[in-house]
Amino acid sequence: MPEKSVNSLGGFLLVMVVVGYACLLLIGPIIALINEAFSESIGQIIHSIIQADALEALSLTVVISFFTVIIDGVLGLLVAWVLVRHKFWGRDFFNSLVDIPFVISPVIVGYVMIVLFGRLGWFKFIPIAFTPYAMLLVTVFVTLPFVIREVMPVLASLSNEQEEAAYTLGASRWYSFRRVIFPALRPALMYGLVLSLARSLGEFGAAAVAGGAIQGATENATIYIFRSLHDRNDIGAYSMALLLGIISIVILLLMNILKAKESKGN
Amino acid sequence: MQLATPLKKSATIKATPQVDYAAWGLRATALTYLSIMILLPLYVVFTSGLREGIEFFWNAVTQAQAIFALKLTLTTAAIMTLINMLMGTLTAYVIVRYRFWGKVILDAMIDLPFAIPTLVTGLMLVLLYGPQTTLGAFFKDTWDIRIIFSPIGIVLALLFLGFPFVTRSVQPIFEQMDVHQPEASYTLGASSWYTFRRVIFPYIRPAMLTGGLLGFARALGEFGAIVLVAGNIPLKTQTAAVYIYGQVEGGNLPAASAVSVILVSISLLVTLLVEWLQRRNSHA
Repeated sequence: MPEKSVNSLGGFLLVMVVVGYACLLLIGPIIALINEAFSESIGQIIHSIIQADALEALSLTVVISFFTVIIDGVLGLLVAWVLVRHKFWGRDFFNSLVDIPFVISPVIVGYVMIVLFGRLGWFKFIPIAFTPYAMLLVTVFVTLPFVIREVMPVLASLSNEQEEAAYTLGASRWYSFRRVIFPALRPALMYGLVLSLARSLGEFGAAAVAGGAIQGATENATIYIFRSLHDRNDIGAYSMALLLGIISIVILLLMNILKAKESKGN
Repeated sequence: MQLATPLKKSATIKATPQVDYAAWGLRATALTYLSIMILLPLYVVFTSGLREGIEFFWNAVTQAQAIFALKLTLTTAAIMTLINMLMGTLTAYVIVRYRFWGKVILDAMIDLPFAIPTLVTGLMLVLLYGPQTTLGAFFKDTWDIRIIFSPIGIVLALLFLGFPFVTRSVQPIFEQMDVHQPEASYTLGASSWYTFRRVIFPYIRPAMLTGGLLGFARALGEFGAIVLVAGNIPLKTQTAAVYIYGQVEGGNLPAASAVSVILVSISLLVTLLVEWLQRRNSHA
């Protein structure tokens, strides 16, 4: 459908309704947070962010997100490759499995960790429940689909010609993957990784249950917000929420730049 | 999905048939990873939910609090989905069809719910509509409506999270749509409503439905955005995910696992339905 300028009353009303709805739903809450956080001075906000427990929570979030993105990148690429390029019995089944983390409640994911790795768990010889390792594992679970779902359609739409040319010229499979296929997948991979990053920076439910939300040990940035609200440390909670909000707006910008690049590339 | 042709490759490049160990290694790694990460947790949910026996399971899920939580989850998610299908489709249409100031920003903003932590979403809604805020007090005094600590707040939080699903699902369909069809309909004297109902709607319906159902499935398990907004009041604002959280925290794992079985089963059914719809549409 081609684009047209708003030339009728009906069109004008439609645009107004949609813009109004989006502003009310998405912008209103953000303004409320900014407004509330800045009822204190900027000095206060910075002061509450550089508290030891806030910094500790932030660094746990950053470390877990870092490892999540690496695992998602490597294994996501691998799974996408196998699902698109290999033909095997049960392929459709494994393909549908990939979407499941999207729809399983994070609380249930966390609770499964306790059943598996708790002191009385199935694998009690690996007692990682209530440790950052369990938080990493659930974060990898909830972000698992992003890279795979972004990379698969691009991989499937690649034509074989370039690849076959590379083989014909004597390139090894690894070399032709690195030099021919990977560059074509990179934009989709990056987009998937940014989605993973956003989700892992903000994961709350699964991380809180699997990690046990122990202050100073398994408290990430969102759990810090939750505890601060309970402790009536409002400014601490608002400052951290503001910081996470700013990071997510940067991520959103990044997503749009990547998407623009991707559509230009096609 | 398109299939690549590994057969052709091996025929042209390798003359002697041999076992491709590298490919087997890749496949084994990928499938082991998926099995451990996804099949194992599913297995855990179902076996630990049913381990105490059917009778215990039945008692646990028919507790008044559990039933209420499941019902509240389903109704709030369903209401959100209906509003979302309407507003998401309108948004997609406006973005594709019209040129107006701020459109790029609007288009970019739609992915915001994917970027922002859900707990922050919940906190922002409390700060906007909470009982101590201007807006919250206004709704309370004028219409005696509480938004926060009520199901309305839950629906609002879910609307925020679900916004991208329908819009991003319908948008490409509008982009591909041939403008001649609705124009032919107008030329033949049809009203805009009739044209929408008979020409445009059947065309976008599958995308609306899959987008709506995906958002619905996602909403069923939502925790972070809801826990602050709903306030965790049993039999009033406690959704299934919040109920499960409470049971886990209270050390009552069997009750948590029983309700998890129901919630996961519903989510899986919805996912299967979406997949079936997508497959049917791609064949049509």
